[in-house]
Amino acid sequence: MTEPAIELNGISKSFGPVEANKDISIRVMPGTIHGIIGENGAGKSTLMSILFGFYKADRGEIFIHGQKTEIPDSQAAIAAGIGMVFQHFKLVENFTVLENVILGAEDGGLLRPSLAKARKTLKELAEEYELHVDPDALIQDIGVGRQQRVEILKALYRKADILILDEPTGVLTPAEADQLFRILGRLREEGKTILLITHKLREIMEITDTVSVMRRGQMTATVKTAETSPEHLAELMVGRKVLLRVDKKPAEPKDTVLEVQDLRVRDGKGVERLKGVSLTLRAGEILGIAGVSGNGQSELLEVLGGMQTGTGHVRVNGQEIDLTGRFSDGQSRRARGIAHVPEDRQREGLIMEFSAWENTVFGYHRDPAFQRGPFMDNAKIIEDAKGKIERFDVRPPDPKLTAKNFSGGNQQKLVLAREMERNPDLLLIGQPTRGVDIGAIEFIHQQIIALRDAGKAILLVSVELEEILSLSDRIAVMFDGQIMGERLPDRTDEKELGMMMAGMSTNDTDGAVA
Amino acid sequence: MEKMPKWADATLVPLISLLLAALLSALVILAIGEDPVAALKLMVDGALMRSSGWGYTLYYATNFIFTGLAVSVAFHARLFNIGGEGQAMLAGLGVALCCLYIPWPHWSLALLGACLFAGLFGAAWALIPAYLQAKRGSHIVITTIMFNYIAFSVLGYMLVNVLRPARAMEPASPRFPEATNLPTFEDMFSTAAAPLFKSAPVNVSFFVALAACVFVYLLIWRTKLGYEIRHFGFSETAANYAGTSGVRITVVAMLISGALAGLMAVNTTQGEAERLILNSTEGAGFIGIAVALMGRNHPVGVLLAALLFGFLYQGGAELALWTNIPRELITVIQALVILFTGALDHMVRAPLERVFLAMRSKKEAL
Repeated sequence: MTEPAIELNGISKSFGPVEANKDISIRVMPGTIHGIIGENGAGKSTLMSILFGFYKADRGEIFIHGQKTEIPDSQAAIAAGIGMVFQHFKLVENFTVLENVILGAEDGGLLRPSLAKARKTLKELAEEYELHVDPDALIQDIGVGRQQRVEILKALYRKADILILDEPTGVLTPAEADQLFRILGRLREEGKTILLITHKLREIMEITDTVSVMRRGQMTATVKTAETSPEHLAELMVGRKVLLRVDKKPAEPKDTVLEVQDLRVRDGKGVERLKGVSLTLRAGEILGIAGVSGNGQSELLEVLGGMQTGTGHVRVNGQEIDLTGRFSDGQSRRARGIAHVPEDRQREGLIMEFSAWENTVFGYHRDPAFQRGPFMDNAKIIEDAKGKIERFDVRPPDPKLTAKNFSGGNQQKLVLAREMERNPDLLLIGQPTRGVDIGAIEFIHQQIIALRDAGKAILLVSVELEEILSLSDRIAVMFDGQIMGERLPDRTDEKELGMMMAGMSTNDTDGAVA
Repeated sequence: MEKMPKWADATLVPLISLLLAALLSALVILAIGEDPVAALKLMVDGALMRSSGWGYTLYYATNFIFTGLAVSVAFHARLFNIGGEGQAMLAGLGVALCCLYIPWPHWSLALLGACLFAGLFGAAWALIPAYLQAKRGSHIVITTIMFNYIAFSVLGYMLVNVLRPARAMEPASPRFPEATNLPTFEDMFSTAAAPLFKSAPVNVSFFVALAACVFVYLLIWRTKLGYEIRHFGFSETAANYAGTSGVRITVVAMLISGALAGLMAVNTTQGEAERLILNSTEGAGFIGIAVALMGRNHPVGVLLAALLFGFLYQGGAELALWTNIPRELITVIQALVILFTGALDHMVRAPLERVFLAMRSKKEAL
């Protein structure tokens, strides 16, 4: 019997009072793809950081190919044949692919021989694993999918035979993700061992041989992928049964609430990020904006929510709203009945150092209902917060707890409670379930549908295609600051949307209702 | 879950830090061949055991309360106002103009007028750096510190060329009219039978400082402006989401901060010197930074820290007077206090957190 490529034995790691990893043991056989799945904060990243030498485990042993190995730093990890592809790439933007590959792995003081050697190796690797990238292209000029390949090449160039990939598909289009999986398949055939960290059940089912589930710092199960199901994995992750599908009635759209015409936004550097977007949204429907992140969806939400200035025309309930100047801020938007659940709840939607009750009036703190004389009526706000916390099932139900001490899902529920209970005409909602555990996703989706059924207009931006497909009544796909087209969710599929997200126009206009 | 109770964070951490600073200071005193116990006794005797000692301690504390509050308010908006010194200097000019050129009938009205002028002048001096920060992104630390130098020069010019009485050699304004002189604690609390606060400079502006503490507490934690200052301070991106204008908060917070720093001039100029002199601030603007740091930007903390620094100032003066310990050593002790309570805060907090954690897990195990 062969030795396992990786064997972890009783790994534990605490950060102060938080036990991020508790007595974790796994065995990964060579030539397999092993998935590690778990909710945010379950301890996946900590475990991988230990394996790559960023953290030192408090207890436990690591065996690589049967050899007990100490990994005090990333150099030792690389020497042991471990390569890591981070969620956020570690590439020098204005270097070429080749230069990035040899960075930190140069032979001697002169660059030229290293570059020549790398060029040759890269060519061999490209052929062996179908990892084609132009070695002389600058990183900033190639797409994220290719940048990721460069990361993989970097690891292979350093002779890694164990690859760790942390949430590799987060920034990819479905087509790019498929390509990545093909590459991973090739690597497996060549005998490489791959650890795939993800929170997406679909990816686990599609590509892994075995899967370990983590929950609250512990390894709750390790199973053969062929012998499990998404429902079962979800249950293992959350610790109870979860509904993965969203139940909803057909939409009954009424009057037009939001009309956007030729909306344009430039960023701080003067680059146009929204290039003439037009759309309409009616009461009682959800318009989903699909797209790979960075294609203008964030700017669309920001300009509508008053966080960015822009040009063009936006009408809410038939009245034009200001896109620049004094009355284009968040306060003015709220006055017009627009509520906004921002994409980044930790940097935008909440003040992490404020208590929950202070956060429940954030943005609405000037509302006269919350004032008493010159002061804010804190007693009333706390009372109001208690109600919101109860109705949105925020746990723990303590309004005095600081926001940062809630889990991601409960933080999101705080934001949703605040924005939805204002009874807005239009709700802008960005990445409603990013970093939210599966159990809370179910609840959040139900709330969004309920608000739609109450006759509100909802503009939903999400990079999770599944979420867009299951919640939206109409889907608009954004690419490079423009809307590529609209589709109806029951007349399209991930493949077609994926092509549109990559900027390819599909000629099928049958679903469009623009 | 909080790592340790709030009360422990607010009291134990500074207390232990203080103890460590005291210990180290004792070692330094030992090293120069003096007796630390005697030195401490002298400081306590001189600053706290006699009412006149208290009179000085409280006088210094008054200054530190104002400047500490000034730094705190700005800090809640994540602005580091180290221009308290300059703002207080300019405010001194305001107080002098107010007292010299307005015929006040009674000290109480003069006090109100002087507060108003001090606040306005201090705020005005903070306005320019605030505007430059808000609109141009010029870093407030750089601009406020440069404004300290400008204030010093402006004051020098005004005193030498404008306010100095003819034939006087000293760069100082004439004495303020009697009617503007503030009652000292000696005037207020002494009786013929029991003289108190004998010739100590502490005066009625101490109560203005206490009122300022209450004002700052209400402003920061109870009003919507305070709410906006705090959330802007924690996260500018979130403030943008909420629709809170960064320009407005930066300017308003600095105006309030400058006005608070300026109020200090009422104590030194109208209360103590009763005329405007060149170096009336005596570095209190900078001590305010330490006071705010140690007081955790909370008025109660600022009050306590200001009292501590008042004690150090007065006790230090006593040391310099009665022992061979040089006055500079007091600066060393102050520096140690600042180092331990401010900069090395984490050194004390981390082990303390572990202690509380261990206690809790033991409790849970039971």
